[in-house]
Amino acid sequence: MVIIWRLLAAVVVVILAGFGAFYAWAWNGEIAAANPSGTSFDPGIIAKGAKLAAIGDCAVCHTRAGGKPFAGGFPLETPFGTLYSTNITPDSQTGIGLWSEAAFRRAMRSGVARKGDHLYPAFPYDHFTKATDSDISALYAFLMTRDPVQQENRPLALTPPLNWRLFAAGWKLLFLTRGVYQPDPKESPEWNRGAYLVTGLGHCGACHTPRDAFGAETDDHFGGGTGEGWLAPALNANSPAPVPWNTEQIYAYLRNGFADQHGFATGPMQPVVHSLRNVQDSDLHAIATYIATLSGPQNPAEVERRTKAAVEFARSRDITVSPKPAVEPATTGSAATRQASGGATIFAGACASCHHSGGTLPISRPISLGLSTPVNEPDPTNLIRIVLGGIHPLPGDRGPIMPGFAGALTDQQIASLVSYVRSQFSGQPEWLNVDELVSKLRQSTPPPMEAP
Amino acid sequence: MIVLNINGNPEQVDADPRTPLLYVLRNDLKLNAAKFGCGLGQCGACTVLVDHEPVFSCLLPISVLEGRYIRTVEGLGSADKPGPVQRAFIEEQAAQCGYCIAGMMMRAQGLLEHNAAPTDAQIRDYMAPNLCRCGTQMRILRAVRRAAKAMTASLEPVHEASK
Repeated sequence: MVIIWRLLAAVVVVILAGFGAFYAWAWNGEIAAANPSGTSFDPGIIAKGAKLAAIGDCAVCHTRAGGKPFAGGFPLETPFGTLYSTNITPDSQTGIGLWSEAAFRRAMRSGVARKGDHLYPAFPYDHFTKATDSDISALYAFLMTRDPVQQENRPLALTPPLNWRLFAAGWKLLFLTRGVYQPDPKESPEWNRGAYLVTGLGHCGACHTPRDAFGAETDDHFGGGTGEGWLAPALNANSPAPVPWNTEQIYAYLRNGFADQHGFATGPMQPVVHSLRNVQDSDLHAIATYIATLSGPQNPAEVERRTKAAVEFARSRDITVSPKPAVEPATTGSAATRQASGGATIFAGACASCHHSGGTLPISRPISLGLSTPVNEPDPTNLIRIVLGGIHPLPGDRGPIMPGFAGALTDQQIASLVSYVRSQFSGQPEWLNVDELVSKLRQSTPPPMEAP
Repeated sequence: MIVLNINGNPEQVDADPRTPLLYVLRNDLKLNAAKFGCGLGQCGACTVLVDHEPVFSCLLPISVLEGRYIRTVEGLGSADKPGPVQRAFIEEQAAQCGYCIAGMMMRAQGLLEHNAAPTDAQIRDYMAPNLCRCGTQMRILRAVRRAAKAMTASLEPVHEASK
């Protein structure tokens, strides 16, 4: 008996000691309030910070729809509940106006707020930890010279008990690897610059890498993930794009939001590309150089063969509208045939006036749908979202317009259309359960009232 | 043969099911209010209402419209008896060349059926897909506000009675 009691006591002591050690490890002190608003920052450093903020897309998450830049309030839906981004303007009451540079650096590297609270990894400090001291200083100078906006942070709506911030500390213990990016001496300076930006401040993996049950990125780097309810396609060898991406195409896509063998940036990539507008060519080229190598070593002859095959296949499936439409509606046959035919009929009346080959158009021509990534992805989510909501330039921007069909077509009609587009333009297997997905995604598409 | 419900009237249409509604309206049914602008869903001149939603009729094959409630400007009123939206557009002289106005009125009608008292920002957001090249946007906005007031005013006795 005595031995059992001693054993039990020992176990309790170990547990308590472990918890105590974890608590001590997780505890962070407050960093004294500072008053950086009086600081005169070097204009060159501020300008450098502006470019880094553009690469980090800070404004994309830290600005709510119709809100003031960097004032927060943007909802981030996760499997664990909804988080709202915080106010990172230098307002001393509601923003980060009292944060010293040391406090800012700690937040970026360790995910800890000035007063010592643990931040959730929706703020991607697992990437920002790679940023150099001088880049963090420049970002700090940029943010501290923005217009202060008084806007209270919205309380997070996380599933209890995850709203207990020590969970964020536990997450870090398991998944956060601190440390500035270390260049790979075997690679070129340009590649290293790209890798530094993509894996660090750019935090591309936050969407493009799959996450595990704890919300941490898995080791399948850039293997494809999700962001804001859209699929973020794989950027590695599993990319669903029919034409293999190369440096030039990636650069064009990031610079102009359009690559002629892949199409337009849309969904959550649209504000990312908009933000990258402020980034200098050399950095964008470095990013493209790095991303192009994610697929591993390529045999140029094989890449050329795949490219040629994809372009030829896409061309062979293009719809011509004159003199006689290629699509004849079926009036007989099985239910599946008639459904596909329903989709073909809708395509001919609703889509073909832009998505056809031949003739001329007064606006930029869409690429062959056979080359489009959403049409070739394993899951129809992105294509359904585009059909429902359309494509619209951001306010004040120019760009292609595709009307959304949420108000015009029923769920079933959209499902028929999407299934037809898959079978007509892609060599991939058909999608299953498209109907249910359309109904589900329609719920999360802003109603026309709020459409941009 | 497809039967379409247009402005409350069943219309038998003998056209290829792929034909966009706009061509059936204008060529087969001689309902010429909706206009051909771009044929690409970029301008809004062809806007009509389908089940209370404004849609571009140039991009909507009739195959998807069986059993749905289609409305055009002809359904809003007539020259003798203009409806509230039409009256507001006339009173504000919102048309210059007028080519966009049929579409503008249908979108305004759709807005006011969803939201009887829209704010200015909501009006601008909702009307944004429809383009006007003459530059009467400010008059169009005034007309939508006027129509909203007129329609709400005509509803007021009903609200009073229900209190």
